[in-house]
Amino acid sequence: MIEFRSVSKVFPDGTHAVDDFSLVIPARKTTVLVGSSGSGKTTLLRMINRMVEPSSGEIEIDGESILSRDPVQLRRSIGYVMQNSGLLPHFKVIDNVATVPILTGVPRKTARAQALELLDTVGLNRDLANRYPSQLSGGQQQRVGVARGLAANPNILLMDEPFGAVDPIVRADLQQETIRLQRDLDKTVVFVTHDIDEAFLLGDQVVILEKGAKIAQVGSPTEIVENPASDFVADFIGIKHGKRALTIKKTAHGSILVDSEGRAAGVLAGEAP
Amino acid sequence: MLFWDAILWIFSPDRLTGSSPLPLLIGQHLAYTLVSVAIAAVIAIPVGYLIGHTGRGREIAVGISGAARALPSFGLMLLLVLLIGVTQKPLAATIAFVILAIPSILAGAYAGLEQIDRRVIDAARAVGMTEWQILWKVEVPLGLPLLIGGLRSAALQVVATVTIAGYIGLGALGLPIIAGLELRDFTRMLGAALLIVVLALAIDGVFAVIQHLVVPRGVTAGRVADLRPTSSRRRAVMGTPIEEGRG
Repeated sequence: MIEFRSVSKVFPDGTHAVDDFSLVIPARKTTVLVGSSGSGKTTLLRMINRMVEPSSGEIEIDGESILSRDPVQLRRSIGYVMQNSGLLPHFKVIDNVATVPILTGVPRKTARAQALELLDTVGLNRDLANRYPSQLSGGQQQRVGVARGLAANPNILLMDEPFGAVDPIVRADLQQETIRLQRDLDKTVVFVTHDIDEAFLLGDQVVILEKGAKIAQVGSPTEIVENPASDFVADFIGIKHGKRALTIKKTAHGSILVDSEGRAAGVLAGEAP
Repeated sequence: MLFWDAILWIFSPDRLTGSSPLPLLIGQHLAYTLVSVAIAAVIAIPVGYLIGHTGRGREIAVGISGAARALPSFGLMLLLVLLIGVTQKPLAATIAFVILAIPSILAGAYAGLEQIDRRVIDAARAVGMTEWQILWKVEVPLGLPLLIGGLRSAALQVVATVTIAGYIGLGALGLPIIAGLELRDFTRMLGAALLIVVLALAIDGVFAVIQHLVVPRGVTAGRVADLRPTSSRRRAVMGTPIEEGRG
């Protein structure tokens, strides 16, 4: 469990990125922070592994303040996956994956053997182990990034718009993979995105953020769609006049659902014709 | 023909005898060059890495480098001889050459670190590397080609400038040039000048090879490799940050 208590962050240039933010992130679930740019979502994420230090307030992991932990040790105990994959260009794929275990003193041979298994876990062919990141596609690099995030077997995995830079088909693939991994590995995942569809797809708990990391609503996707807390939320998730504002249209062959533009979004399943 | 005479002068058996045999002068020339560049490297690389890693102090370094480049080496050497004393001429000359070599190496060191994608360094820190590990495992290897470029231009500047050591009686390949000037012996002057050119080209060649070899594997693989067929010049230009800070 990760808990934010009245956390604020003012950057040296005077930007109030986060203003009095409190949230409980449950263990072994996926929590998605979603908001447009400038909502402070990445700042929030980077505070968890002390890449950004809060100006005030407290952050606890399992009841222990992260300020009592050495930042380097803390970061090694938390998986981190970022948008551009952040792989080291001069390390082979296998050594990128094995980076953290080797830093923590696991013998190189053991670390590499584990890294090979992790390539299986994230659905990469072991033949790629000896390639360099620049020889991989964007989607493959992202998978290597996920494998590296998992390598130290952390309880917490932070994902900062990890699929933002890959094409939609690969993204859909990676999203399904993430759901599978979370189910199999049972990690506490904190995921940052600006894409509400991605948030609803992946999140057990979705946190919708306004400017300054002000929480517009927290809840499961169902709760949010059923009962949006404000016009801002309704707008953001598109149930006022977006693609989630569906109406039933009777046709000769049964009922279909259309969005606010009148485009078919699906059929009403289970209805007797 | 003067050119031919100069070559004959170089290969004449007389050059191996006398008070200043040519191999000795070449050795002195190389020794001054290597020692000066080595000392400059020991000073400039740590400072350059400190600037490149922390991102602080760049303006000061650029300013001091620019000022150091503007110093005329010949005047500096004579001034140092006067200041330190005529018994310490080799020291004075070496200091002048070290000061000449520092700006290029300093620029190579910090530019090498600065050109690394910030996201790569951010990622290294985020997965739990200490600052030392970031420096040694990420910044040094990725910055090495530019550092070698800095050493390369420093060595070239010094190998050309060591010639002036002859003026204060320290030998090296400046000696035949100075002596030839007094005697109006142009053959001797041209012969020594040709040797300096050969030394400079040889040093440049060695550094070019090293610079090529130290480009990390993953950086040459994939996309960057596409630049290679056209890039031996471009790489040299990229790897020679001596113009940094002049603009």
